[in-house]
Amino acid sequence: MDEPINLVLFSGTDDRLQAAAVLAAGAAALGKPVNIFLQYWALDAFRADRISGDHGLAPEAGAAGRDAVAALRVAGQASWADTLRQAKELGGVDIQACSLSMDLLRIEQGELDPLVDGVEGVTAFYLNAGEGQLVFI
Amino acid sequence: MATLEITTTVDAKGLSCPMPIVRTAQTVKTLPPGALVEVLATDPGSVKDFAAWSRSTGHELVEQSVDGPVYRFVIRRK
Repeated sequence: MDEPINLVLFSGTDDRLQAAAVLAAGAAALGKPVNIFLQYWALDAFRADRISGDHGLAPEAGAAGRDAVAALRVAGQASWADTLRQAKELGGVDIQACSLSMDLLRIEQGELDPLVDGVEGVTAFYLNAGEGQLVFI
Repeated sequence: MATLEITTTVDAKGLSCPMPIVRTAQTVKTLPPGALVEVLATDPGSVKDFAAWSRSTGHELVEQSVDGPVYRFVIRRK
């Protein structure tokens, strides 16, 4: 059994979430288990009523970066949420909300998009992470 | 050379990384061992990606070619 790839998502901007979704989908296509742990602003972006909205870009994007990202979207690039949905269809992708961030942002589990499988603490996340690589985005 | 009996074609033209691989992985899962899948893609990264995916998953990359902007891969499900 492959060790999982573990992605901790902290940032809630569309570009970083897109980069994370690409990493997750690539690993899923290789048959690797993927654990995603949602913290802070990334968790906020997974609210059911906000997931399809505009979450902005990282500050370093600048005007040229915004144009480049917009052009890719017009060309039909899948959104990060759609990319994650397809990754989950392949199996092996588990998305958990950080319970501390749920408290911080005053989010109830019912308010999260169905992409999110559950809520857990950092200890459970580490247990599932095993010896696999951990990436913080 | 005999033409391979393609079971299914994945049209991933216009899709950016990693969707050509994701779509292919989804399709391969639904097919029996030995089935041949043809993939058409325009993502230049797909050349190295399909080689790596094939090595890692064991699904054999039996053919690859390029025609203008379109890359073509044929994969045999293991």
